[in-house]
Amino acid sequence: MTHAPLSRRQILTRSGLIGCSLAASPLWTPLSLANAPWQGRLVVIILRGGMDGLDVVRPTGDPAFAALRPTLAKGDAPLDLDGYFALHPALRDLMPLWHREELGFVHAVSTPYRDKRSHFDGQDLLEAGTQDLAGAGRDGWLNRLMQFLPQVEAETAYGIGQEPLTLLDGAAPVANWTPDAALHLSPQALRLAEQIMKIDPQMYAALMEAQLLSGAQPGAGSGKKGPAHIEIAKFAGDRLRGPARIAAFSLNGWDTHRAQARTLPRSLAQLSDVILTLKQDLGAAVWGQTALVALTEFGRTARENGTGGTDHGTAGLMVMAGGAIRGGRVFGRWPGLGEQALYQQRDLMPTDDVRAPLAWIIRGMTGLPVSTLQEKVFPGLEMGPDPELMR
Amino acid sequence: MPFTPEMAERRFGYGLSPQIVPPFSVAQMLSGLQGADVMAQAYPIPGFRHIQDQIVYVRRFSRYSRKNPETEAGQAAEQKAKLARRALFHDRQRWTVAALQRRIGTPHAFRERLIAFWADHFTARGKSGLLRAAAPAYLEEALRPHVSGKFADLLRACVTHPLMLHYLDQNTSAGPNSRAAQRPDRQRGLNENLAREVLELHTLGVGGPYTQNDVHELAKLLTGLAGTRDYSFKFRRNMAEPGAETVLGRSYGGPPGLAPIHAVLTDLALHPATAAHIARKLAVHFVSDTPPPDLIEDLQETYLGSGGDLMTCYAALLHHPASWTMNAPNIRPPDEFVGAALRAMAVKPEMMEALRPAQIRRLLLTPMRLMGQAWQQPAGPDGWPEDDGAWITPQGIAARLDWAVNAPAQLRPDLPDPRNFVHDALGPNPPADVVFAASAAETRADAIGLVLCAPAFQRR
Repeated sequence: MTHAPLSRRQILTRSGLIGCSLAASPLWTPLSLANAPWQGRLVVIILRGGMDGLDVVRPTGDPAFAALRPTLAKGDAPLDLDGYFALHPALRDLMPLWHREELGFVHAVSTPYRDKRSHFDGQDLLEAGTQDLAGAGRDGWLNRLMQFLPQVEAETAYGIGQEPLTLLDGAAPVANWTPDAALHLSPQALRLAEQIMKIDPQMYAALMEAQLLSGAQPGAGSGKKGPAHIEIAKFAGDRLRGPARIAAFSLNGWDTHRAQARTLPRSLAQLSDVILTLKQDLGAAVWGQTALVALTEFGRTARENGTGGTDHGTAGLMVMAGGAIRGGRVFGRWPGLGEQALYQQRDLMPTDDVRAPLAWIIRGMTGLPVSTLQEKVFPGLEMGPDPELMR
Repeated sequence: MPFTPEMAERRFGYGLSPQIVPPFSVAQMLSGLQGADVMAQAYPIPGFRHIQDQIVYVRRFSRYSRKNPETEAGQAAEQKAKLARRALFHDRQRWTVAALQRRIGTPHAFRERLIAFWADHFTARGKSGLLRAAAPAYLEEALRPHVSGKFADLLRACVTHPLMLHYLDQNTSAGPNSRAAQRPDRQRGLNENLAREVLELHTLGVGGPYTQNDVHELAKLLTGLAGTRDYSFKFRRNMAEPGAETVLGRSYGGPPGLAPIHAVLTDLALHPATAAHIARKLAVHFVSDTPPPDLIEDLQETYLGSGGDLMTCYAALLHHPASWTMNAPNIRPPDEFVGAALRAMAVKPEMMEALRPAQIRRLLLTPMRLMGQAWQQPAGPDGWPEDDGAWITPQGIAARLDWAVNAPAQLRPDLPDPRNFVHDALGPNPPADVVFAASAAETRADAIGLVLCAPAFQRR
């Protein structure tokens, strides 16, 4: 009635096969981590809902900007970045990072997704990393990346939520966990549970991984928990200080159709908290090797809409942080906001594929050849010249 | 046809109950959809009016207390508003219990499953204040009466409901050339949110034959759909875009009003892409993540041939052999799992009704959240995932096991004998390893939990 115990490696490999997806509501977002033999740390945050890049890094130097955003421009003044762009005041706590060149942005970038402006398709393509949706759905770019890195093993991983994190789907081992889950079961009950689930490989793999992870949780059972996004950042920090090298999770709440002046600052404060918590928990040495990227499925309309918000658009903003990036700059080719410069007369025009800067960061961190990145990790991508995003 | 009563309860209902005789035929399953709604009568949930009344009541006392601060009457008014607010959120928890009681007690479980299916398809939530308690009321009045009628009626009732208009920002959307948009004192304009989701989620599906221009035109056509300050439905002519709009190549004109909006919704309901979208969703939800193509085609043709008559579609679904023989069963999503577990245990109505708010949170709401499905709170208008992989996660399985072992004893202090329960829950021929586990567990609670977590119970 007992079975040969699975090795940790087997368990994790199996769990890699189950899809590794986790889920998210605005409060419960997923986090996953994996370790690898190189020293850099990569943190990927998916900002679900479509972040308004034009409000976060405002092109105040563009002559057309003010007229497009009459009410959104009210309120606290933005913080000057480089004389042309200015930062949303809700990110003021990140300004010291900007001055230390540990915070940067790539503006006017998008996935190849166009025109339908669906969150769900947009997120699917962002996480698939492919050229079009026909190539999406099978696996995610972060998982494909790991398949090309030597000696990748899934390490401890924590996830919270309800919505799949498909960028980690695929054959490479990845684990997910949540700080809130627990298995208050007797050893005998657990053994019996393993036995009855054995005929269902998907459930069995999840159970084995759950046992592994519930034992590995830092500070398990101790004290009160903070807000979910802080807990995620703390778990990510804890794991990345150890053998883990990649962490991914999502932050929700960016779909600001109305009252954006009130709703966007809440989401930005979460992003800011996450970045600062990671920086603090990683410590100077590891933070110095870290590249954090925050990506969103699309930007929003150049004009604010009739309800103090913005609707689904096209080009958006990529956020970068960490000691490994060459921050203190707004990268990207600025297309301008004049009527003729807009995409379909309504959205910021994409001037580059968001996968390109992402691929250059990954190249800087892992040394993978351009051909692998262009053909395997991000099929259909042309990376173009190196924008030198890494130190 | 390979109909079995056990499969009828498992795949199309909330599983077996020791107290309820399963349906003995497809005809009986279908007739159960058309009779009196006995569960709604037995476990009532009020309509939207109740929420509106509470909003008005709380607003009145809050305003009085703000205008009369630091007076005794002002403080009394503040207290009244506070109590009413708290009472409504307690009521909302009671409505969760009522919905679960329907799942425990119904002899027509297919009806409750269809309610859950369409509630997901037409996801709407209150985003602020007391409206956050409104989803059950919306489902009760806009959705529940229509799930066995024409899809067009269901679509119209849900899309024009004040909660949907609030959820997808329609009630603040004004046509660019409407009178409301011309007023210089107040910035108002178009919002595409509802129009987009109607096309993408409610009707044609994301792969459907529509463009950004169709979204934009439909958004203009929908202007005017709004509510009063108290969230009563109101068509606001001053927000409606004048002139005709063209959606999918057809022009919808005439004086602004409900007629062209109803016309476009009816046309969308009968569109072949909508038929394909609904057919696929039904097959995926009820049969398998990878349904056989001929089942989808069958449903699609039935849908089109019947003018979107849902009863006819359900009959086609239940009469298709693959619905009974397909052997790649779906995992029950968490709220269905919890409903099925309570039903298998035959948790008594008195016990459910006696649950205090803290118990409802601890025994039902928090566990479902940890399993990955916060009750009636999906993250977006696309509802919950159908993909089994979204639910079978380490976290999800841990939360299911934890709940199954620890909660039943508190919901049914006289736990059943596990050796009988394995048959109550899994039917006359339970898998041998589950029978063994039920007898080998150290405690009765462990044994019950193991039966509930067996793949044979988790999947349907």
